[in-house]
Amino acid sequence: MSAPAMGTTKTAHSDVAPKKKRGPGALATAYLVIYNVVMTAGWLVIAVGLVRAYLARGSYHGLYYSIEKPLKFFQTGALLEVSGIVPSSVVLTGFQVLSRVFLTWAVTHSVREVQNEDSVLLFVSAWTITEIIRYSFYTFSLLNHLPYLVKWARYTFFLVLYPMGVTGELLTVYAALPYVQKTGLYSVTLPNKYNFSFDYHTFLILTMVSYIPLFPQLYFHMMRQRKKVLCHVEEYKTE
Amino acid sequence: MIERREGWEGNDRANEGERDLFPQLKPGVEILDAKTKDKLCFLDKVRPLHKYYPQWYAARQSIRLDPKGKSLKDEDVLQHLPVGTTATFYFRDLGAQISWVTVFLTEYGGPLLLYLMFYFRVPFIYAPKYDFTTSKHWVVHLACMCHSFHYLKRLLETLFVHRFSHGTMPLRNIFKNCTYYWGFAAWMAYYINHPLYTPPTIYGEQQVRIALIIFLFCQVGNFSIHIALRNLRPPGSKTRKIPYPTKNPFTWIFLLVSCPNYTYELGSWFGFTLMTQCLPVAFFTAVGFIQMTVWAKGKHRSYLKEFRDYPPLRSPILPFVL
Repeated sequence: MSAPAMGTTKTAHSDVAPKKKRGPGALATAYLVIYNVVMTAGWLVIAVGLVRAYLARGSYHGLYYSIEKPLKFFQTGALLEVSGIVPSSVVLTGFQVLSRVFLTWAVTHSVREVQNEDSVLLFVSAWTITEIIRYSFYTFSLLNHLPYLVKWARYTFFLVLYPMGVTGELLTVYAALPYVQKTGLYSVTLPNKYNFSFDYHTFLILTMVSYIPLFPQLYFHMMRQRKKVLCHVEEYKTE
Repeated sequence: MIERREGWEGNDRANEGERDLFPQLKPGVEILDAKTKDKLCFLDKVRPLHKYYPQWYAARQSIRLDPKGKSLKDEDVLQHLPVGTTATFYFRDLGAQISWVTVFLTEYGGPLLLYLMFYFRVPFIYAPKYDFTTSKHWVVHLACMCHSFHYLKRLLETLFVHRFSHGTMPLRNIFKNCTYYWGFAAWMAYYINHPLYTPPTIYGEQQVRIALIIFLFCQVGNFSIHIALRNLRPPGSKTRKIPYPTKNPFTWIFLLVSCPNYTYELGSWFGFTLMTQCLPVAFFTAVGFIQMTVWAKGKHRSYLKEFRDYPPLRSPILPFVL
C-alpha cells in the first residue's frame, strides 16, 4: 500500500519534543542521514526519469520501463527500514514495505502484461512523491533542521497520495488476475509428494480484499498523526 | 501449547483497559483508578469492589499498591500489606474475562471435530463424488487416529490433570487461540484427507512406522510431564516448586530441560509431520515450536529468578541447544 510516511509514532514524538528524546549515537545518526539522503536522491532520480520519459515520448503510456531498475532498487532497499534502525514503528513500516515490495516484484515484475497499464504509473507516481517527502523529512529531522513545509507536506500530501496509490495498486493486481490464472503463475497443484497446494490467483484476490480492512486503519492512523503533529506546532518551535 | 496455565502471577495478567475512579481521602481503604487517580470507592476489604461497580466482577479486578506495579493476590490480607492508616490501592480493569478451562475446551474441541469432518469427507469440502468416501491409504487412517487421540488427551488433561494458576484470561484470547488451532487443524486435515493425498514416498512404510513410534513416545512423555507437574502442587494450592525427575523414565528429561512438556510436544508434531509428509503440518510444527520456545524461555527465566538453587545444566526446551 502506498501509505506515505509510516515513520509515525516515534518520529511524531520527536517532532513535538526534540529536546527531551535521546536520539541515536553519532555513528548511527551519520549512517541514518546517509541512508535517508541516498533514498531521497534515488526517488528523485525516479521522478526525473518519469518526467523526462514523458517529455520524450509525448504520452504517459509505458513509462514504467524508463524507471524500472531504480524503482526495483530503491523500493527493495527500503527493506533495511524493517530492521528497526530507521526511526519508525517497525510493524507499520514493515507492513508497508513488504506490501510495496510484493507489488513491485510479485505483481508488476512477474506479470509482464500489466507493465503497460496506466495503473502502474498511478501507484509509481504516488510512491515517488511520497517517498521523496518522507525521506527528506527523516533527513531534516535527523539534522534537527526540519522546515515546517516538509513536515506539513509529509502529513498532508498523504491525504491524496495514499488513495491514489492504493487505487493504482488494486487496479494493477486486478489487471494481473487473468494472466495469473491462465499461466498458473506461482501456483502448486495436487497431487505432489509434499501434499501442499497454493493458488496464486486466489491469493491475489484475497490480497485485494485485505485492503478493505487495512487501508482505512492506516489512513486514519495517519490522520490522527497529522492532527497530533500539525496542531502542536504553535506550542513548539521548529528550527 | 499447554503449560501457559502454570503461569506466573502478575505477568500473565495482561494489562487491559483502565477506568476512571474517584479517590477518597478518609481513613481506611480507598481504591483509586490506576490511570487517572480518581477515587473509585472506599472499602474495608479488598474483595467487594464489585458491590459498588457490579460490572467489574472479581476476575476483572486488578488491585495493586502501585499504579504500575504487580497485582495483589487473592490471598493477600489487608493487615499484612505495607499500607498506612489510609490504605490506597489502585484499580485496573482487566477487561472481560473467560475461564481457562472454557478456553481450552473450545480451542481443543474444534480441531478434534474439524479433522473428523475432513476425514469422513463431509459434503462441500471436496468434489461431490468423494462425499462420505474414505481414503485408500492406511496412513490416512493412522493419522486420523493419532490426531484425534492427541486432542482427546488434551481435553481430558484439561479436565482432570492440569492445575491452573489463574482462573481466567482476557476474553479476546479465545478468538485468537481458536483461530490458530481451528485454522491450522482445518488446513492440515484438508490435505491429509484429500482424495489426491500422496502417502510418504521417501522411505514409505518404514518412515510411517518410525514416525508413529516417535509420536507415541512423545505423547506418553508429554503426559508423564503433566502428571509430574500436577503432583508438584497440592490441590487448591498455588505453590511453585522446581520440578525434578521422578521414578518415571519419561521425566528424567527434567535433568536437561526446564519445560520438557514442550519438548515432547514438539517431538509429537515432528512425528506427525514425518508420518503424513505434509507441508502444512510442517508449518504447524514450526510455528508451534517458535511459540513454545518463547514460553519455555520465559518459564526458564522465571525459574532462575525465583530459585537460587535452580539446576544449572537445564536448558529451556532443547537439551544444551535452546
